[in-house]
Amino acid sequence: MERDRLKSLLESLLFAAEDPLTLPRLGGLLEGVEKDEILSVLQELLSEYETQGRGFRLVEVAGGYQMRTPKENADWIRRLHQTRSARLSRATLETLAIIAYKQPITRAEIENIRGVDVEGVLSALLERRLIRIVARKDVLGRPFLYGTTAEFLQFFNLKDLTQLPTLKEIEEMAVPQIPPTEPAEVREPEAPPAKSEE
Amino acid sequence: MSTQVQLEIFEGPLDLLLHLIKKNEVSITDIPIATITKQYLATLELMQGLNLDVAGEYLIMAATLMYIKSRMLLPPEEGDEEDEEEGDPREELVRRLLEYQRFKEAAGDLEKREILSRDVFVRPSAAQAEVGTVTFEGLSIFDLISALQRVLELLPEEEFHAVTLEKISVRDKMNLLLDHLYRKGQVVFQSLFEGATSRLEVVVTFLALLELVKIRAVRAWQEERLGPILIEASAPLEEVSERIKNEEVEGEGNGA
Repeated sequence: MERDRLKSLLESLLFAAEDPLTLPRLGGLLEGVEKDEILSVLQELLSEYETQGRGFRLVEVAGGYQMRTPKENADWIRRLHQTRSARLSRATLETLAIIAYKQPITRAEIENIRGVDVEGVLSALLERRLIRIVARKDVLGRPFLYGTTAEFLQFFNLKDLTQLPTLKEIEEMAVPQIPPTEPAEVREPEAPPAKSEE
Repeated sequence: MSTQVQLEIFEGPLDLLLHLIKKNEVSITDIPIATITKQYLATLELMQGLNLDVAGEYLIMAATLMYIKSRMLLPPEEGDEEDEEEGDPREELVRRLLEYQRFKEAAGDLEKREILSRDVFVRPSAAQAEVGTVTFEGLSIFDLISALQRVLELLPEEEFHAVTLEKISVRDKMNLLLDHLYRKGQVVFQSLFEGATSRLEVVVTFLALLELVKIRAVRAWQEERLGPILIEASAPLEEVSERIKNEEVEGEGNGA
C-alpha cells in the first residue's frame, strides 16, 4: 500500500474510533500491512499534528492511539459542551492513587493507608469504571481485590501504568523534611543576638 | 503554642496529623507528641463545635496519640528488655504517616495529569445518533440501580402521616413517563424522579422506566463515562403505545 494512502486510512480510523486503537487492532484492520509500517506512519502523524500545532493530537493512551484535543483548548471545548471543569475530590484521587500503585488491593488495605472508610468512594469509582474487582483475596472472608481499568488509563492520559512515577520517585520529588529545631546558623553574623540562652 | 486552628477540610486523621506536623515545622520522624496531640484534640473540638461530623476514625487516632504520649512519659526500661519491642512508641504512627504522605503526593500527581473531559477531549461517540437498536449503551442495569440509589438517598425522610394510597400502576407510570419524554425530548435520569415523595413512587417510576427500556420505547445512555445518565424516547408514540398494550407488564395492578 502506498504510504500516503496508508496515512489517510489510519487518520480516518483514528478519527472514527471511539476508543484508543491498539497496534494489533490496527494490524488486524489493515490486513497485509506490516506493523512496523503502521507504527512509523502513526509516529509521522503524531509529530505532524504536534509540529503543525493542530487542534487535535495523536496521543498514546491505554495501550493504543487516540485523537485528543490539546490541553490549551480545553476552556473552549467546555464552553461548547456547556460543562464546567469537574473537580476531583481528594478522596477520589487518593483512593485511586493507592489502588493504582498497590493493586490488587482490598478495601481494608486501602482504609488502612488512608485511615478512613472508603466504601462510598469505591462504589463511585466502580460505577465510573475507573476501577474493577479483579479477584478475591485468599484470606478470611475472601474480600474483593480491586485494580485499575483501561478507563483509568484513558482518564489520566496514561499509556500504561509504568508511566506513573514510582513511589520512590515521588518521595524524592517531595519537599525534603524540615529538620527539627535546627538554629539558622547562616544568619548568625548579621542578626543581633536575640537572647542569650546559655 | 496557640491552640487556634485553621479549619481546613481534612481527609481523615492522618491528613490532619500531616497538616499539624507541617504547620509546626517539625519532622515526621521526630514528632513532638505532646504538642501535636494537644493541637489534634483542639481541632477535633473545633470541628465538633462547628457541628462537623467527627468520624470515629478521628477518635481512634486521638486515643492512639494519647497512648503514645503516655508511653513516651514512661522511663525507658533498662538493659534486660532492650531487644524486645522497646522501639520508639511513635514508630508505627510514623510509618503510617510516611506511607499516607506518599499516596497524597501520588494523588497530587494524578490530578496534574491531562484528565479526560477536563483538560483533553475526544470526539463524542456517534452511538448517540442511532435510535432504537441498542438501549443500554455502555450502561448496565447496575448503573441504573446505583443511580436509583442516589435518587432514594435524596428523598426527604419519610414522615409518619395518614396515608392516602395513590394508585399508580407501573403501566400508568409508563404512559406518564412517555408523555413527559415526548414533551421534553432528552432528560436526565434524576429529573424523572423530581417531585416524587415516597420510596414507593420512586420505585414504581424506576420499574416503569425499566419496562420502557425493555420494550425499546426509550433509550438510556451516558454521553461521557462519568456523565449523567440520559433518557429519551426512541420510537414514535403510536408505535410505543401499541407495544405497551401488547406487553405483559410486570407488577401490573400493584398500585403504588
